[in-house]
Parts: sequence; structure tokens; C-alpha cells
Amino acid sequence: MNNILFKQQLSQDVFLMRIHAPLIAEERQAGQFIILQTDDDYGERIPLTIADADTVEGSITIIFQVVGKTTKHLATFNVGDELPALLGPLGKPTHIENFGRAVCVCGGIGVAPMHPIAQALKKAGNHVTIIIGARTKELVILEEQMRVIADELIICTDDGSAGIKALVTAPLKELCERETKPDIVIAIGPPVMMKFCSETTRPYNVFTQVSLNTIMVDGTGMCGGCRVNVGKEVKFVCVDGPEFDGHLVDFDNMMARLSAYKDIERTHYKCFVEKAYNNSLKEEAL
Amino acid sequence: MSYRTAKELQEEAESLLNEYSARAATLKVKERQKIPSQDMPVQDPELRSHNMEEVALGYSFEQAQVEAYRCLQCAKKNCMEGCPVKIDIPRFIDHIAKGEIEQAIAVVKQTTLLPAVCGRVCPQEKQCQLHCTLGKSLKDIDSSVAIGRLERFVADWERINDKIVIPSVKPATGKKVAVVGSGPAGLVVAADCRREGHHVTIFEAFHKLGGVLRYGIPEFRLPNDIIDKEIETLAAMGVEIKANFVVGRTRKLTDLIDKDGYDAVFIGTGAGLPVFMGIEGENLIGVFAANEYLTRINLMKAFDRKADTPIYPSKNVAVLGGGNVAMDAARMAKRLGAEKVFVVYRRGEAEMPARKEEVLHAREEGVEFLLLKNAKKILGDESGRVNGIECVQYELGEPDASGRRSPVQIPGSEFILDVDTVIVAVGNGSNPLISQTTPQLAVNKRGNITVDETQQTSMKRIFAGGDIVLGAATVILAMGEGRRSAASINAMLAEEV
Ligand SMILES: Cc1cc2nc3c(=O)[nH]c(=O)nc-3n(C[C@H](O)[C@H](O)[C@H](O)COP(=O)(O)OP(=O)(O)OC[C@H]3O[C@@H](n4cnc5c(N)ncnc54)[C@H](O)[C@@H]3O)c2cc1C
Ligand SMILES: Cc1cc2nc3c(=O)[nH]c(=O)nc-3n(C[C@H](O)[C@H](O)[C@H](O)COP(=O)(O)OP(=O)(O)OC[C@H]3O[C@@H](n4cnc5c(N)ncnc54)[C@H](O)[C@@H]3O)c2cc1C
Ligand code: SF4
Ligand code: FES
Repeated sequence: MNNILFKQQLSQDVFLMRIHAPLIAEERQAGQFIILQTDDDYGERIPLTIADADTVEGSITIIFQVVGKTTKHLATFNVGDELPALLGPLGKPTHIENFGRAVCVCGGIGVAPMHPIAQALKKAGNHVTIIIGARTKELVILEEQMRVIADELIICTDDGSAGIKALVTAPLKELCERETKPDIVIAIGPPVMMKFCSETTRPYNVFTQVSLNTIMVDGTGMCGGCRVNVGKEVKFVCVDGPEFDGHLVDFDNMMARLSAYKDIERTHYKCFVEKAYNNSLKEEAL
Repeated sequence: MSYRTAKELQEEAESLLNEYSARAATLKVKERQKIPSQDMPVQDPELRSHNMEEVALGYSFEQAQVEAYRCLQCAKKNCMEGCPVKIDIPRFIDHIAKGEIEQAIAVVKQTTLLPAVCGRVCPQEKQCQLHCTLGKSLKDIDSSVAIGRLERFVADWERINDKIVIPSVKPATGKKVAVVGSGPAGLVVAADCRREGHHVTIFEAFHKLGGVLRYGIPEFRLPNDIIDKEIETLAAMGVEIKANFVVGRTRKLTDLIDKDGYDAVFIGTGAGLPVFMGIEGENLIGVFAANEYLTRINLMKAFDRKADTPIYPSKNVAVLGGGNVAMDAARMAKRLGAEKVFVVYRRGEAEMPARKEEVLHAREEGVEFLLLKNAKKILGDESGRVNGIECVQYELGEPDASGRRSPVQIPGSEFILDVDTVIVAVGNGSNPLISQTTPQLAVNKRGNITVDETQQTSMKRIFAGGDIVLGAATVILAMGEGRRSAASINAMLAEEV
């Protein structure tokens, strides 16, 4: 059913896959995600944003970064392989309208989820500025696709190997200081990056929307594991989000909660890598 | 009640059987009253609190027969009053007394489709056994006929001996029924509608079927094999199963009818919205809704080293609440290696909604009960991890409108409990996913779908039942609603042929 139709390595740790999933392709809207498992019995359920969809081919595109056991395992899947479990589309779609001037700030892999949002914003008539931030040149992904959409594209790298040598918050601040300041900022990336984007725009009172990537189990509002503090309320990221007003999110609590299983996850990852390594040694020996 | 081994219980049963079997049919009421109630053999508490195997081992044939001799075969079947699905209790027990197990299970199956499940998890002491004449005559509800254990016995006998009969299916009607959710309510609707010859598809959000039976109730109380067998039976009847499918998202509810051509839809999506207490510190690392805790372990197998889904390492655990969910979470925490597990409950033991047997088993396994106490605030260390809870002591005040004596806080009685994990098990609300994505569907102010007496929702062709209608209830009530819904759907479709 959910066969992999296409696979491409975008950078050392980042992969793109197109997966056969006609129903999800038909229903999905910008901002939504899927949950998948690489093993039906013992696998973990991990959420990944739907970066694109093709209703003719009946496929969705995911772009993921290898960070632990499941994403590492996923990266070993090849064209023709079937994913044992794929569920979606989940989450509320991004609210899209003609805001006027929209700024999309993407950190690292955050370009993937931003792609359909930027597309939709453009289509709705917005003036779209896209800021892409990455550690180094090799880690900048989807630059060409974003250039097609953007009215203005700014690339920042930590080491200056591409675009300007700066954090994404530097050009963001500049944009806020312009006379034509943004009507909306959307930031997607690592939690700290989203936190500092929200802090940057706060003094200028620019509405800033962030897309939270908390740990999830079911993704349907049943376990409460993905909860975050937003303003005075507790929200479930999988059903109330994943997008929220960045000025209201308690990022420190969210980041702490993301680290709940760090040690265990690291052991799982190590075991998996060692096992794969041992197997390949065995194969070589044969 | 002290712990007795399966062997001791079996020897007692054998000698009782010797004594009574020759004149079983003619025993006088007085004699029947004297036969001791048969205890269910259970795994040794010390052993079982470290494994996932089923705790209760089930009656042997001899034990079941002796227990069946106790039944007075009352002309006025009081026990049936208390049974939500009206099993013909005296009749199935009479078959057991005569050693006719195949006939016994056939009687049970006329009204309940999941007897192996009901025999294990129904709160019998609040249902059939509460009304049992024998228990009343002995002035002790624990002396009622052990109807639940007998039900479990006949269901297990059928499964273990490979005697499960696949229900026959009428010729195809060409009508299609969609069942959303695979909990007990959904499973019953699927079976009953399929029997009438309709094409039935079950849609389930998770990758495995069974609803709470799978993700909530632990293996040590309800082994997964039993659920698997039920699903196998449905599949053998020709029910189509679509897992990893969220109705409302993968497909809108109305699209099932408008685009996919289903003639009727049943919504059995359960009460899966965890409720938190709204106290300080609830988002600290180490605070879980029971749903998350149990799902990680049961559905995602986090107790198994092979599983990728992690479970939080705990030493001292506080479980907040006093229902079945709280008992399951507490006993699970023990099995995962916690040294101390506390159940913190703000009323007394008598008010605890959990099944009596589960409370007893939890106690035997070393779970400590802090009654008339409530958590006020969850405390954390500098890295945001739980390191204690502040509790407050209660006393029971005057009975309120519901007749329950409500707890009243004792001022200045605060104390701190050292724990690193808190599991919140204070109830579940209704999952809003379907109502959010189907605004025309009527729900009440608690978010439960409203239905008429035929289980029909405010929308044509769409029926609902189980926890999504009742709020968090029980397996047997969910099944009862399923039966009623299926009957309405079948009647509606029959008219249209
Ligand atoms: C709504 C949503 C959309 C997402 N979209 C994408 C996407 O498009 N592309 C992508 O690469 N990733 C995305 N993520 C993050 C992705 O789900 C995690 O990287 C993945 O779960 C890690 O799984 P793992 O088993 O490989 O690593 P694990 O072994 O689970 O974790 C490895 C490390 O990553 C951290 N981690 C665990 N879960 C998450 C998480 N949810 N987010 C961030 N860090 C985490 C842990 O602290 C751990 O130390 C998204 C997350 C959410 C909630
Ligand atoms: C831990 C625990 C212990 C319990 N112990 C007992 C006990 O001992 N005795 C007893 O009688 N009762 C017990 N209960 C209560 C009992 O399990 C429930 O009342 C019963 O399971 C309700 O059945 P249901 O069919 O309505 O829904 P559920 O069993 O909740 O099943 C609903 C199913 O629908 C799926 N679903 C939800 N939304 C969607 C969607 N949009 N699309 C597709 N699928 C969806 C869910 O994933 C789930 O599988 C317990 C409950 C819990 C949580
Ligand atoms: S009420 Fe008790 S004794 Fe009487 S028929 Fe029912 S189970 Fe037997
Ligand atoms: S992931 Fe379980 S409630 Fe959001």
C-alpha cells in the first residue's frame, strides 16, 4: 500500500521520500503531518510534516533528518519498500489568507514543512519573504523550490559558506524595522530558533506563528503526551496545533519535555547502529 | 483472604465434587448454601508483580462445576436484572453443572459476543452478582455465585479447545456499513451487521485493533491473544479491516457516505481525551496521562526490550485517581520496576470506582493506597523533572446530592510525597476529533455525541454508541449500545432493500 516511490538524499543526514498514499494526498493541506512506523510490532510512532503532495501520482513527500533510531531506520528504506504503518493527514491545517506581507523563517529541516505553507501564502496573494537558516552550505535544502515562490529570499549560514553569515533572527529584525513591517511571521525550525524568532518580533508586535514539534504517541488527541503551555492554557499539539502564537508558547517547558527520553533514545540509536554495523561485517565475511 | 495456590484450590474442588456430584441435581437449597465459594487461582503476588502474564488463572473444570452447583436456579432470575445484556445466567450455569460446556457457551453467546473479555473485566459485583439470591441469603456479596468467573471459564474453554464457531453470514445484500473505531462497541456492530449480509469495514486510527481493550487494559488482566482471536473471527466472517485510518482526517465522516458509498456509519470512537487536574506542575517531565503511560506499554510494547518506544524510568510513582485506569497504571508501574507505587485518591476505599478484585490484586502486589488525600501541586527540580507532590488530607463530609459523602479538605494538613513520576488517571473526556471535523453532528456540552433511542445521531444514516455517547463507561455497556445500533442499522437497511 504505502510504497516508497522515490528517494533522494538531500544532505548527509536529510532524505526526501515520495510515498504512495492517495487518500492522504487528496485530503492534506499545508501545515499537516503524518505519523509513521518503520515496524508494525515494535516500531515507534513518529510525526513528520507533509512537505508536498501529488494527487495525480497519489503520493505525499516527506523530508526528514536522521536524529535517532526510527529516522535512521527509515533512511534505509528504498524505492519499492512498503511502510508498515502510515497515518494522516493529522493536525489543523495552516490558516492561510492574504495577510499582506508574510515572512517565512525556516531553520534547517524546517524548510520542508514551510514549503507548502509558503506556496499557499503566495497563492493567496501575499508578498512572501523567505529566510532560510542552516549551519553550513551543504545543509541548505530546497533552495531552488523556495526561490520560485519567494518575492525575496535570504539565506543565512552560521559559517558564512552560503548567503550571509548570521542567525535568522538578524534579517528578521531588519525586516521588522522596515517601514513596511511584516503582517505575519511564520517560523519553523528547532525550538530554540522558534523561541528566538518570537522574541525578536515581540517588541514590534508582529504576529508570529510557530510550528511545534513535541514528542507524540497517537497524534489524535488521545494520550496528552504532546501537550504544551500556550498562554494560560494547556494545548495538545497534535489536534490543537501544530501551529500556535509564538508569543504565547512556553518554549522552555517544551524544550525540557523534548529531552524526557534523551538517554534511552541514545541507547536505542547506538544499539541499532551497532547491529547494522555488525550485520554488515557478517555480510562482508561471507 | 490469604493467598492459596492453584493446587490447593484444585484439591479442594476435587473433594467437593466427589461429595456432591452423584446428587448434584437434587441438592437442597441449604446444601447449596454450604458449598464454599470457589476462589479463582491467581499467580503468586510476588512473582506476578514482576511479569506481564495474566494474574488470574481461571477455573479448572472441577472448580467451575462445583461453583455451578452453588447456583440455586431461582425461578425469579434476579441475577439477570443486573446484567446489562441479559445473559440467561441460570441456564448457562445449569449446563456447566451438568458438564455440558459446549451448550453453556452457546447460551452465553446468544447475548454477548465477547465473553472472554466480559468474564475478565466486567464489574460483576456491581452487576449480576450484586443481585444474586445466594449472596443475599448469605448476607455477603462475596458469596454470590461467581458468575463472571464461570463466564470466563466457558469462553476460555471454547477458545482453548478450538471450538470457536465462525457465525454464519447471510447472502450479500450489496449494502455497505462503515464502523469507526474498533473498541468493544465497534466490534459488536461489525459482527452483527456482517451477519445480516452487509459489507462491513472497520476503520481504526491505530495500527492494531481493539480500542481500550488493546491500548488501555494491560496484558496481565486481558491478554492480547484474546483480542486477536476476536479480530480473527471477524476477519473470517469477511469484515474488511482498515487500520491506520483516522475518520475525520484521512476521510471526512460525510465522505464515507457521499464519496465512498457507505449506506450507514457507526461511530464508536470512545472517550479518549485525557483529563488533567489543572494543578501546578502538570507539564513537568515525568507527569503522564494514564492513557499515554498505558499506550506506550500495551500498544507500543515499551515493556519489551525490542520495542523502540521508550518508557520513563521511575523509582517512586504516584498515581492520581481511584478507578480501573488508576489500578492498571499503578500495577503496571510496579511491573516496570518501580520500588514504590502510591495510589492517591481523595475519597475512601468504599467510594473507589475500581473493580474490587483489581484493588485487592493491586494491594497484594504492593501498591500503597493513600486514601482521603489529594495532590495539590506537582514539584520539580531545576531541569524540570518531577521530584515530589504536595498532597493534602481530606475527611468525609455529609452525603451530597448523589448520596456519596464528599471529601472536605483539612486545613494545614499538607505534606510532601517523594516521587519521580506522576500518572494522572482522573478520567477521560470525549475525543473531539470527529465533532471538530463534522460541525453538523450534534454533541452535548461535554462533547458526547447525542443519539436517540435507536442510537441514531442528529445526522441521517449515522449512528453512535459506547464511550463517545456515554462518557467513560464500561465494556459491557459499550457492547450493549453496539448491539442496539447494529439492530437499528440492520432494520434501516432491510427496509431499503
Ligand atoms: C508535527 C511534527 C512535524 C515534524 N516534522 C518533521 C519533518 O518534517 N522532518 C523531520 O526531520 N522531523 C520532523 N519532526 C521531528 C521528528 O518527528 C523527530 O525527529 C523524530 O520523531 C525523531 O525520531 P527518532 O526515533 O529518529 O529519534 P528519537 O530516538 O526519538 O529521538 C532522537 C532525539 O531527537 C529528539 N526528539 C525526539 N522527538 C522529537 C521531535 N518530535 N522533534 C524534535 N526532536 C525530537 C529527542 O530529544 C532525542 O534526543 C516533526 C515533529 C512533529 C511533532
Ligand atoms: C485503563 C482502562 C481500564 C479499564 N478497565 C475496565 C474494566 O476493568 N472493566 C470495564 O468494563 N471497563 C473498563 N474500562 C472502560 C472500557 O474499556 C471502555 O468503556 C470501553 O472500551 C469503551 O468502548 P468503546 O468501543 O466505546 O471505545 P474504545 O474502546 O475507546 O475504542 C475506540 C477506538 O476508536 C478509535 N478511534 C478514535 N477516534 C477515531 C477516528 N476518528 N477514526 C478511527 N478510529 C478512531 C480509537 O483508536 C479506539 O481504538 C477501562 C478503561 C481504561 C482506559
Ligand atoms: S440469582 Fe444467583 S443463585 Fe439465583 S439463579 Fe442467578 S446466579 Fe443462580
Ligand atoms: S500525541 Fe497523543 S495527544 Fe497528541
